[in-house]
Amino acid sequence: MNEELKAHVNETLKQGIRLDGRKKEEYRNIEIQTGIVATAEGSAMVKCGDTQVIAGIKLEVGEPYPDSQEDGVMMVGTELLPLSNPAFESGPPRIDSIEIARVIDRGIREGKAIDTKKLCIRKGELVWTVLIDVMPINYDGNLIDIGGLAALAALKDAKMLEIKNDKVVIGKRTDEPLPVVSMPIPVTVLKIGDNLIIDPTDAEEDVLDARLTVSVLDDDTLCAMQKGGNASLTTKDINEMIELAIKKSHEIRKKLKEALK
Amino acid sequence: MTKYTKRLDNRGMEETRPIEAKAGVIKKADGSAYFRIGKTTAFAAVYGPRELNPRHMQNPKTGILRCNYNMMPFSGTERIRPGPSRRSKEISMVTEKALQPVVNLEDYPNAVVDVFIELIETDAGSRCAGICAASIALADAGITMKDMVAAVSAGIIDHQSVVDLDGEEEHIDEMDVADIPIAMVPSTEEITLLQMDGKATREELLKSIDKVKPVLKNIAEIQRKALKEKYRSE
Repeated sequence: MNEELKAHVNETLKQGIRLDGRKKEEYRNIEIQTGIVATAEGSAMVKCGDTQVIAGIKLEVGEPYPDSQEDGVMMVGTELLPLSNPAFESGPPRIDSIEIARVIDRGIREGKAIDTKKLCIRKGELVWTVLIDVMPINYDGNLIDIGGLAALAALKDAKMLEIKNDKVVIGKRTDEPLPVVSMPIPVTVLKIGDNLIIDPTDAEEDVLDARLTVSVLDDDTLCAMQKGGNASLTTKDINEMIELAIKKSHEIRKKLKEALK
Repeated sequence: MTKYTKRLDNRGMEETRPIEAKAGVIKKADGSAYFRIGKTTAFAAVYGPRELNPRHMQNPKTGILRCNYNMMPFSGTERIRPGPSRRSKEISMVTEKALQPVVNLEDYPNAVVDVFIELIETDAGSRCAGICAASIALADAGITMKDMVAAVSAGIIDHQSVVDLDGEEEHIDEMDVADIPIAMVPSTEEITLLQMDGKATREELLKSIDKVKPVLKNIAEIQRKALKEKYRSE
C-alpha cells in the first residue's frame, strides 16, 4: 500500500475533502445507456465519473441444478480487463475480479431480481441460463456498484430468444422481456481512517481500511452484504454504513428508473 | 458472370458499412480509440512504453509491441468463454505484425508498448476493426509512427469483388465466398496483413487488393480525423 497517498487522503478527509474535490457522501455523475451491443440479448453502458462499464446478457438453454429443478440458472462474470487500467494484467481471473463478480451475483440472486421460475421450460430437464458479463472499459474505482447497476440495466433491456426443438434460434430475439421483478441496488461504503465515503476512485480504493457492500431493495430491506478490506468494523460503523447505503440507494434507484423509462 | 449482382444490405460493391471513429476514449490509458464499422465495435487501449517484464525479454536495441485481441463474452452469437482461445491468440499475433512496420520501436529500448483490443459486438471484420482502433490508439499515445495502418476485409462472392463483408455475407452458402482481411500503410501502399478464407483465382485476388486500396486510404482519413478532433476539443 502507498503510505504517503494514504496519509494524504486521511489528511484531506479530515477537512471533508476528497482527492477529486468531492464531499464524502457525494457520488460522481451517473449516465446510463441501454441497448448498445447488437449481439447481446440485453446490454447497458454505465459511466460514473471516469469509470465506464459495459454489461451484456446472453441466454442459453440447459439443464437445471438437481436441487432446484424448476428454476432457471444465472451467473455473473467480471474481468479486470488490462485495457481498462494500467495496473491490470492479462491472465486467468484473480481473486479481486472473482470477488466483484460474486458480490454482484449475490445482490441479483438474493434480491430475486430475476423470476427464475419463469425461466423453466420443462421441469427437471430444460431451463434458461442467464449469463451476465460485466466488463470495465475504463476502471476508476467502484466496479461493484457501477457494474451491478450496469447488470440491472442490461437485464431490464434483455429480450427472450426464440426456441425451437429445445434449441435457441440463433439471433432471434422475441418481444418478450426477461422476467426482471426487482432492482437490488448495491452500494459500497468505504472506511478510510475514521471517515466513511462512497463511490471511491481507484486511488481511494488503494488506501481503504475496510469496505461494506450492501444491496438494497426498493422497500429499504437488505438482501446481500460483503465486508472487505483488512480492518475490522464496529457495530456502530456497520450501522452508519448501512444507513448511508440505504440513503444513496434511493438516488441511484431514481437514476436507474429514469434511464429505463 | 456473377450471380451476386446486388448486396444483401443493398450497399455498393465497394462501399463499407457506416464507420465511426473516436480517439482518447479511455482515460486511464496512455492512448485509446473506439472504432465501429456497422455492427462491429472495437475499443483499443495503449499502455506504454513501459518496463518490459520478465527482464530477460528486454532488448537494449529496441522495444517490443505486444497486442492482445479479445472478444467480450457477449460480443458474438453465442457466449464466448473468457480467456484466450487459439483464434484470439492468432489474431493477436497477426495484429502485432500488421502494426509493427509503422511503429518506431527502436525509440523505446528495453520497453514494451502494450495494445489491448476489446470487441464489444461483432458482425464480421473484427480483426480489421481492432487494427484500425489500435492504430489510432498508438498515435493517440504519442508513439512514434511512420504512418497509420488501415484495415478492412475484401471479399469475393461468386467472382464479384466486394469490400467489407458483413456477417450475413460471410455465411452465404449457395455461392463461393472468400473473405480477405487486408491491412495497409496508406502512404506506401505496403500490405501488412493478408489472410484469406475461401476460394479465388490469382487475378481475382489481385483485383480485390486493387479495389480495396482507395477504401483503405479513405479509412485512414477517418482515423486521422478522429485524432484531430480529439485535440481540437481539448
